[in-house]
Amino acid sequence: MSNMAVCVAVIAKENYPLFIKTTPTDNELQFYYTVHTSLDVVEEKISSVGKNANDLRELYLGLLYPTEDYKVYGYVTNTKVKFVVVVESSNTSLRDNEIRTMFKRLHGAYVDMLSNPFYNPGENIVSRKFENVVMGMMKQD
Amino acid sequence: MADEVPFEFLHMELVDHIHNTSTKEENDTCIAKLESLGYRVGLSLIERFTKDCSRFKDELDMMKFICKDFWNLVYKKQIDNLRTNHQGVYVLQDNKFRFLTQLSNGKQYMEAAPKYLAFPCGLIRGELCSPGINCIVTAEVSAMPACKFQIQIQRL
Repeated sequence: MSNMAVCVAVIAKENYPLFIKTTPTDNELQFYYTVHTSLDVVEEKISSVGKNANDLRELYLGLLYPTEDYKVYGYVTNTKVKFVVVVESSNTSLRDNEIRTMFKRLHGAYVDMLSNPFYNPGENIVSRKFENVVMGMMKQD
Repeated sequence: MADEVPFEFLHMELVDHIHNTSTKEENDTCIAKLESLGYRVGLSLIERFTKDCSRFKDELDMMKFICKDFWNLVYKKQIDNLRTNHQGVYVLQDNKFRFLTQLSNGKQYMEAAPKYLAFPCGLIRGELCSPGINCIVTAEVSAMPACKFQIQIQRL
């Protein structure tokens, strides 16, 4: 059902990538670049929360910015770990709620992975369980 | 509640084990080892506990969360007193700290107290470092089972 993302990325609080997975394509670098530029938008959104204290202080950031082919969504945890999901613009059937559940699942999988004693915080994510959760939400060709 | 007791016992055994398996010269490193154990556990715990909360507005918000929710979840009670000088130093006072209640009710066994406070100090440090608040945590005991945790925020 919610298996329509083309790229999923997990970024540490120091802004380096812990995990990036894209659908196999020729210009994967394009996705990496998109995720990188979205970090600026994420920072902007986080810093603006402090000014409007009346805003709902949610972890879900919503649509970060739309390009002509893709839409980029963001989510920040309380520990400054960022999740970025890229979906195709042509995929209009994907509703906001579905994206939220996608992020919730990602967050849950991340927390579970952090509890694994073989994972050192700050390292690249190599857990297969986490990867399976991500593969479950990516577009299958 | 059955689930807090195993944790207490496990912690006591952990402290004992680390001290028994180290030689005379390595006594200082025991405290450091326990502290870093607490640090790693704190990192994972804070991620799990803040999973469903809304975002924290600032440092004070985070400290309040630790005093109320976090302390409740780990030690099944809240912090009795939180003081700050608004310049990066916070003092958390717990009048009946869970790990010390079994030790004594006054001044007996005072020398042994720091060993049991190393892990909780690391725990607090892990919880604060995860959202990006670097700090140093120390603990002091004047009369068991009350103890104070002093948190010094390091600003860059």
